[in-house]
Amino acid sequence: MDGLKVPDSAAQGELPMQTGAGSPRNDAKHTAEDREYQNRVRKRHIVQKGVFSLFSCAAVVNGLALALVVGFLVFNGWRAINWTFLTEAPMASMTKGGIFPCIMGTFLLSFGAMVVAFPWGVATAIYLHEYARPGVAMRVIRLGINNLAGVPSVVFGLFGLTFFVTWCKMGVSVLSGVLTLGALILPVIIGTAEEALRSVPSTYREASLGLGATKWQTIFRVVLPAAFPGMLTGSILGISRAAGETAAIMFTAAVFFTPNMPSSIFDPVMALPYHVYVLATAGTEIEATRPLQYGTALVLISLVFGMNLIAIIYRARLQRRH
Amino acid sequence: MVKQRQIREQIIRCVFFLTALTSILVLFMIMVFLFAEGLPIFKKLSAYRFLFGHEWYPTASPPDFGIFPLLAASVAVTLLSALISVPLGIMTAFYLAEVAPVRFREIAKPVVELLAALPSVVIGFFGMVVVAPFLQDTFNLATGLNLFNASLMLAFMSVPTICSISEDAIHSVPMDLKEASLALGATHWETVFRVIFPASLSGISTAVILGMSRAIGETMVVLMVAGGAGMVPTSIFDPVRPMPSSIAAEMAEAPFRGDHYHALFAIGIVLFLFTLFFNLIADYVAQKHKQVGAATL
Repeated sequence: MDGLKVPDSAAQGELPMQTGAGSPRNDAKHTAEDREYQNRVRKRHIVQKGVFSLFSCAAVVNGLALALVVGFLVFNGWRAINWTFLTEAPMASMTKGGIFPCIMGTFLLSFGAMVVAFPWGVATAIYLHEYARPGVAMRVIRLGINNLAGVPSVVFGLFGLTFFVTWCKMGVSVLSGVLTLGALILPVIIGTAEEALRSVPSTYREASLGLGATKWQTIFRVVLPAAFPGMLTGSILGISRAAGETAAIMFTAAVFFTPNMPSSIFDPVMALPYHVYVLATAGTEIEATRPLQYGTALVLISLVFGMNLIAIIYRARLQRRH
Repeated sequence: MVKQRQIREQIIRCVFFLTALTSILVLFMIMVFLFAEGLPIFKKLSAYRFLFGHEWYPTASPPDFGIFPLLAASVAVTLLSALISVPLGIMTAFYLAEVAPVRFREIAKPVVELLAALPSVVIGFFGMVVVAPFLQDTFNLATGLNLFNASLMLAFMSVPTICSISEDAIHSVPMDLKEASLALGATHWETVFRVIFPASLSGISTAVILGMSRAIGETMVVLMVAGGAGMVPTSIFDPVRPMPSSIAAEMAEAPFRGDHYHALFAIGIVLFLFTLFFNLIADYVAQKHKQVGAATL
């Protein structure tokens, strides 16, 4: 609704009321009515001002909440962060040392999830946007995806535990975690990939088909390259979602402490969000490890926000280009 | 050669179709495995006693598996958080879509997106170390980890969902409606309230339902700040133990394929059915009252 401005002068009640030509009313009554009318208009505008400032208050509350959380973590966490903290393993039963294994674990899990979900999600989006005709099949697939997006992360965790960890005998491992997280971020990838496909003008497709290319050639050589940057933004958002996810990896991939870095995809890992949770709730010295908790949480949101900001800026650039 | 090309095209089409089907397959498998591990508990006790039993003592002997306190806690937390998040989310959406100057919107929108990106464990952590002591001191409570705290934190998790879907719905209201209303002399606010709001109501309801669905399934926040007491709440400052937090907290200790393990999966089923129900309603509302035109819900 950009560009449509409410005409101010008309709304301010500055225009005299039109009573029509040849009105028998006398001037005194006329001005009285005028005044009444202007009062009414003024009242309506006071109401509008009030409600709209309430709306902006709501927006400010959100901003404030974000600023409060981030500010609090930065204020308390920056002192904990130094080179050792970022590059060393925890020591002295978690009360000292760094979080390097957690950072690595989170990277492994989130990028792994992306490797699983990206081709899968993009292919699904291509089917939905380029091939599918509106009908029962498409409706059912969409319904499935919407419901998948609504499944709580802890239920994904339970699914990962029974299917990947137990039934497929992968154990609590990077692989189980990656597959669980991959299924969890799939709807995100499908959504953004479809958005990207939608933004490719249909003239591109028509031109390519008109030159005699087949449907697949059109998709592969014309549509995909044009949509790819948009899909990339989606994948960054997917990675950041996977990086912050805790409940889904609790039973499938993350452990509180492993002395070794994972040497294969069948090893369990430590992960930042799980580390924050365990330090904050289950450690024997919760108060003593507060600085570590702040530091870990700060590293986690820096990672997540960093990726989100990259995606937001990149998307803004893409939109400007179109 | 043309024929060969056609066959190849058909094969490619089929591959994409099958890939698209796998996403439903995942949903289906989630259901199958949840039910396979959760249903065995009903051999031990009836579904009625499971859902409405007031005692959740899974490790006592004999154990009690009544999830009513957990169910009540989940519902209470979700409703209370909706009381905060629904007005906040919808008002923010209207602010972003109708009131905010374009320049300011470019800042405000990323703020909402970043709020959505905040990892739940970080929000839970914030609730634990900042909000809980604050509540405890201000209201002189036994513990700041309680229903109110959890609802407040959950509200800020569902605001971005409610806000962004509502905003899409508001944007999809045809321009003509707004122009017509303004031309008839309505103020901007009257147009928003009497024209745009009713026209986007189905989208906004979808947003509210999905926001609540997100709140009921959210785990880390309730695990960290709800207090963890398995009783039916009587005041908003009671510590509670919603369903997701029970699953997350107890799964590690539950003996593999024991009764407790099966009971936790059965809670998972209840949770899954809740969110499935919410999502189906949201889908129904969105489809039934779909705006004819450019709506993309």
